Amino acid sequence: MLFALAGNQNCGKTTLFNQLTGLNQHVGNFPGVTVQAKSGYVRGRADISIVDLPGVYSLSAYSGEEAVARDFLLNEKPDCIINIVDATNIERNLYLTLQLIELDIPIVIALNMMDELYSNGGDVKLYNFQNALGTVVVPVCASRNIGLDKLIDMAVKVTTDNRRCMDKRVYTGEVGNVIRDIYNVIKAKSEAAKISGKFAAVKLLEGDYTVREKLGLSDNEALIANEIILDAQARFKADGKTVISVMRYKFIEDLCRDTVAKGDGRTRKRDEIIDGFLLNKKLAIPMFLGIMLFAFYLTFSITGGVLNELMTSKIALLKNAVDILLIEQKVSPVIISLVNEGVFGGVGAVLSFVPTIAVLFFFLSLLEDSGYMARAALIMDKPFGRLGLSGRSFVPLLMGIGCTVPAIMATRTLKDERERYMTVRMLPFISCSAKLPIYAIFTTVFFRRHRALVMMGLYLFGVLVGMLSLWILKGTDDAEDHIPFIMELPHYRLPRIKNTLLLLWDKIRDFVSRAFTVVFLASIIVWGLKTFGMRFNVVSDSGQSILAYISRGISPLFAPLGFNDWRVAAALVTGFSAKEAVISTLTVLSSTDAATLPAAISEMFSSASALSFMVFTLLYTPCVAAVNTVRCELGSTVAAFGIIVYQTGIAWLCAAFVYQIGMQIYCVI
Amino acid sequence: MLLKKHDMTLSELKVGECGRIISVTGTSDFKGRLLDMGFTPETEVEVRRKAPFGDPIIVSIRGYQLALRRSDADNIIIEEV
Repeated sequence: MLFALAGNQNCGKTTLFNQLTGLNQHVGNFPGVTVQAKSGYVRGRADISIVDLPGVYSLSAYSGEEAVARDFLLNEKPDCIINIVDATNIERNLYLTLQLIELDIPIVIALNMMDELYSNGGDVKLYNFQNALGTVVVPVCASRNIGLDKLIDMAVKVTTDNRRCMDKRVYTGEVGNVIRDIYNVIKAKSEAAKISGKFAAVKLLEGDYTVREKLGLSDNEALIANEIILDAQARFKADGKTVISVMRYKFIEDLCRDTVAKGDGRTRKRDEIIDGFLLNKKLAIPMFLGIMLFAFYLTFSITGGVLNELMTSKIALLKNAVDILLIEQKVSPVIISLVNEGVFGGVGAVLSFVPTIAVLFFFLSLLEDSGYMARAALIMDKPFGRLGLSGRSFVPLLMGIGCTVPAIMATRTLKDERERYMTVRMLPFISCSAKLPIYAIFTTVFFRRHRALVMMGLYLFGVLVGMLSLWILKGTDDAEDHIPFIMELPHYRLPRIKNTLLLLWDKIRDFVSRAFTVVFLASIIVWGLKTFGMRFNVVSDSGQSILAYISRGISPLFAPLGFNDWRVAAALVTGFSAKEAVISTLTVLSSTDAATLPAAISEMFSSASALSFMVFTLLYTPCVAAVNTVRCELGSTVAAFGIIVYQTGIAWLCAAFVYQIGMQIYCVI
Repeated sequence: MLLKKHDMTLSELKVGECGRIISVTGTSDFKGRLLDMGFTPETEVEVRRKAPFGDPIIVSIRGYQLALRRSDADNIIIEEV
């Protein structure tokens, strides 16, 4: 049996899905789109699979997610719909419910957050509510795992009995007549297309074009239907959509008046008090910065500390053990090198992202689940709107300071495709933490007294160039196309640890499965380029390797930037596989170690070229893991390649500019 | 529909003031979304607060809170109550 989980955003759908499926979930994308799809099996019921549809407010196709939810319900024809309704927000939630009922698929309503309703002094007369709505309603509390067994049992029962909803007259009087007239025209075609005739008739009156196409009406049928609609609109003196929406909400209001006691709004008052602080004109920004900085501090001290060390030490242990084994077995040194640097290097590279992803997403999910994220997005919306981003872009961009990979993954929360794209385009301009060692060494050697200033200047420069780049990108675009920023402010809630951990597991698994091949392969390739010479023999002098050969070829390109040295070019090339490799490659190729590297650098560079080098590393192509993540999130390999070329081009231009200006200043001085 | 003299847009309401919706203008997509969210004629909407930078505004409607940009609130015609 296939059940579909449908409901508004913030109604506890994800919590319910997690409770039902536990770890038996699988995350992918809905076909053809970059909207995330979660599916899984109900724990203990291997015969029931559940799909978590995107949170939507309606089945009109105004957003990509609504279209996806709708298409799934129309095309995949699940056996039953489980519609989750937030009892503390019942009117707006029922609006979707009425449309789901029109689909004529077996349906069960899960009335969620009953605990909150009760604590507000509210109540629902369940029997009357069920009768008035015409469907089975099961009160649940997803976060406390109450009522879920009954929910599944009822869903199964409704499916096996093939129980349809009792027809409750939502559209009465004249409107009802019009719908019936349209229904008669399209009846045959809707049966053929296996779409509920009633659903299609209502949608046509609403002016929905996609349904029109799906039905494949003949020209004649379309003409008749159109006439009915135009005639009706003239009579009602309003457009079809308004009429339908008004009738739906009227039905809902009447229903709730008789059966739902809303309570005293205790939760609302509590939210208002908290918002009074967090959205206060004077306090909001300081509190916001405080919360972000605190979260960041935690992130870095945990990632940069405990988790990272744990991971690297475990990998090192394993590597040593394998090393010893291979040497005992007298395996060829090339293979040993392959395993040590290539394989372990590759695996290590992929796994090195895991602590960062875990901690950054932990922080992200705390923000989302607590309800604060919506407020943060609200605060940052005005300044960000100017750049074609939205307030919601702020947190992914902030995460970019830590690591670009989870930051790109976090852009999934941006519903607007364009905003998501712009945010992803902005991310490479935000210097990630892997580049810090580069700045650290170079500023120590050349700008010791003004270290902090130079580093801050670099970050700022990156952001400014990024904003310019976005502004240019945005310029070629029609402002009227923008999706209105309508954002619900959810209640403040205590995040559930179980949910958070499941989300983390989800993200890590997601990343590892997608990155593994690409990142691993890149590591092996770099190992190959460093180890072998032009005749594919093993070289002891890295100056004879393929990497060196390639680097000597491209090195002259860096002449206008001030560093025409093959070793530097080689370091930059390896920087594509991981930014940490830039310094390590430079160390190896200059035959130095951590202590003597600074001296070598002071010989390879001048102040001006050091600055241009740092600008170049700041702006050029992100590491292969990040590029791969872009490919996955945007669903386009072309976009991924585009970013590599674009960023490297901009980096070259800016670095050359910086060097040339630097030289001029130097001459004057 | 003629715009009567005492009609105004939602963006003109001050914090704490209430309005009753008369109509929603704009593209059909925009109207549709707002209607879906409950902004139907005769519905009451209250301005709760403004975001620290002045935009968006937070309104309360049908028992929940919603943030809306001023440029979008310009399209919602209301009469003050």
